[in-house]
Amino acid sequence: MQFVKKDILDMESLSVDEITLILDTAQQMKEISKRPVKKVPTLRGKTIVLFFYEPSTRTRTSFDIAAKRLSADSISISGSTSSIVKGETLIDTARNIEAMNPDVIVMRHSMAGASHMLAKIVRTSIINAGDGMHAHPTQSLLDLMTVREHKGRVSGLRIAIIGDISHSRVARSNIIGFTKMGADVVLAGPPTMIPKGIESLGVSVTYNVNDAVCNADIVMMLRIQKERQKGLLFSTEREYAKVYGLTMERMKGAKKDVLIMHPGPVNRGVEIAPEVMDGPYSIIIDQVTNGVAVRMSLLYLTAGGARNVDAD
Amino acid sequence: MLMLIRGGRVIDPGKLDGIMDILIEDGRIVEVGGQGSEVGGQRSEVRGQRPEVKVIDASGKIVAPGLMDMHVHFREPGHEYKETIETGCLSAAFGGFTAVCTMPNTNPVNDNSQVTEYILKKAGLADTVRVYPVAAISPGLQGKGLCEYGDLKDAGAIAVSDDGNPVTDSQLMRRALEYAKGFGLPVISHCEVLDLASNGVMNEGAVATRMGLVGIPNAAESIMVMRDIALCELTEASLHIAHVSTIESVRAIRDAKNRGVCVTAETAPHYFTLTEDAVQGYNTNAKMNPPLRSMQDREAVLEGLSDGTIDVIATDHAPHSSIEKEVEFDIAANGIIGLETSVSLGLKLVENGVITITDLIAKMSTNPARILGLDPGIKKGKPADITIIDPDITYKVDAAGFQSLSRNTPFDGWNMKGRAVLTMVGGKVVFER
Repeated sequence: MQFVKKDILDMESLSVDEITLILDTAQQMKEISKRPVKKVPTLRGKTIVLFFYEPSTRTRTSFDIAAKRLSADSISISGSTSSIVKGETLIDTARNIEAMNPDVIVMRHSMAGASHMLAKIVRTSIINAGDGMHAHPTQSLLDLMTVREHKGRVSGLRIAIIGDISHSRVARSNIIGFTKMGADVVLAGPPTMIPKGIESLGVSVTYNVNDAVCNADIVMMLRIQKERQKGLLFSTEREYAKVYGLTMERMKGAKKDVLIMHPGPVNRGVEIAPEVMDGPYSIIIDQVTNGVAVRMSLLYLTAGGARNVDAD
Repeated sequence: MLMLIRGGRVIDPGKLDGIMDILIEDGRIVEVGGQGSEVGGQRSEVRGQRPEVKVIDASGKIVAPGLMDMHVHFREPGHEYKETIETGCLSAAFGGFTAVCTMPNTNPVNDNSQVTEYILKKAGLADTVRVYPVAAISPGLQGKGLCEYGDLKDAGAIAVSDDGNPVTDSQLMRRALEYAKGFGLPVISHCEVLDLASNGVMNEGAVATRMGLVGIPNAAESIMVMRDIALCELTEASLHIAHVSTIESVRAIRDAKNRGVCVTAETAPHYFTLTEDAVQGYNTNAKMNPPLRSMQDREAVLEGLSDGTIDVIATDHAPHSSIEKEVEFDIAANGIIGLETSVSLGLKLVENGVITITDLIAKMSTNPARILGLDPGIKKGKPADITIIDPDITYKVDAAGFQSLSRNTPFDGWNMKGRAVLTMVGGKVVFER
């Protein structure tokens, strides 16, 4: 199968076959990162712009490493160094970047739909590295890869996603990604954090974390941002940890082979107890490792590697 | 100079409906009549053949009292690059409107008689359609006091509203209703509980959730509709609810009217034509406040139009340039233009059997005029403010050809049936297709 998509914007627009191709390619890419010399010439001469309007350490570093391992030239632009501070519009900034002929623009933006807007305007491939509360497809793909690696499959698994669903692009992309690949997704959290109409995406909702954890093959915890307290989404971190946090006690009700995931950064002691995070069920660190592999796969597939250059 | 509008179906809701001729002299209607009457029969035939009489053939068309859009935003003074009073008036004339009410959220705000006078002076220079300025309820639309309603009325203001901003302080709203009542000015209320609307950018629900956009619940509107109805009962003043978009608001207004409360209401063509689905693809031309709602809300608005709960169709014409609209959805300005598509969208209601053509004319002409204390209609002695509509003409909306300075419409490219073909203000043809 040949990959023909110009952009990677969200999980909705990717087919099951495309997702499978991305994951299979990522699996091959993963091996490169284990070599003593972690570099292949596949994307030599290609330019990747990392356009980050919103601060990010993990995702940007992951893309940067992915680009460099494939020998592409990567350039970072952040919100504070770009022309945004001078009042330029996003579209104008993007057109200027496009004029310098990059092959891929990886964009992170605090507002939903920003990468969709860009994708319509520029000819360059756009990879959405997170747009507001809307989508974070590369995170969802690395999560799918991690689950597939550990469980051998995604289809038929029961995935619990717990926490602030409302504000989470990771949750939205994972709901779509996991259900598309045949998993059964259950959401849990306080009603203040469950957005209206989320059931329309084919998930079930519970306000009881124990119910969600029970029988789950995967428990994915989401980060609780302290600022949400001001938005009246919860009372105190103390109560949140007690009622909705993943504690050792709560883990007793889970399946023996349950796996714990978290997109990071983690608030230890709030959504997840330290002993759970560091315990044997946790595959949080594997997620980060696979992040590089998935991003190498995506850069390879979109930067024309698949079409123009033979894989190394 | 004599003018004869001949052979059209003249509809003055509740008064006239039939094939009639209208004779106009020096800007006023001098005779209205059907076949066999003084104007309609022999004499109009004779007159029509006299060279000094300009004859407008209206056969097959609808002749209505001039349409009035009681809710428009012309951006002068302050944001003339979006719309001036001149271009706004031209846009109105092309859309078939003979009169508009301009909302006060200009810069400076229309909160004192000098600004009202400035608007009227510019409208006089434009010399197209009639402009009735709506003045602010509170200075600077800040919700912290009362403007000089007496002064504003003397200068030409026809109503008061803080449109764009709700009057959050209930005591101020009470006093505004009472104080305006003393001057015979209706209060037009933009109902929105800001704490609930919060940083929402579209309707709350599954579509917003999927798109990752913050939603605005129906209650953000309906709570204040209910509050204002209660204050209207308390004060027995004249209250008009702007841009009704939710099922709960429609119900509250219906109940209030059944109790005999002196409340009237308007909705905009986009609320009875579109739903939140139009936002898909982050379409900033489907972003407005209140937001496009669910199918259930749209149906309730249609029902409200049909049973008379909603008295008026007004466009909330809100011009914005690409600077405000070709940006991230979250920061795009609220509002769309409506003057040049309103009649066609209204006629869709007639075609779909929601309301009759007579109802449509009432909601777009005589109802708003009466709410604002005017005496509209096609009758002897009145200024000849007349709109002629061709209900059968088909066309495709082309925003690039609009008279408005702005292009922010979600209806660009739509196939329409029926539109205004002639707009006459005081006997002067300001637009003819």
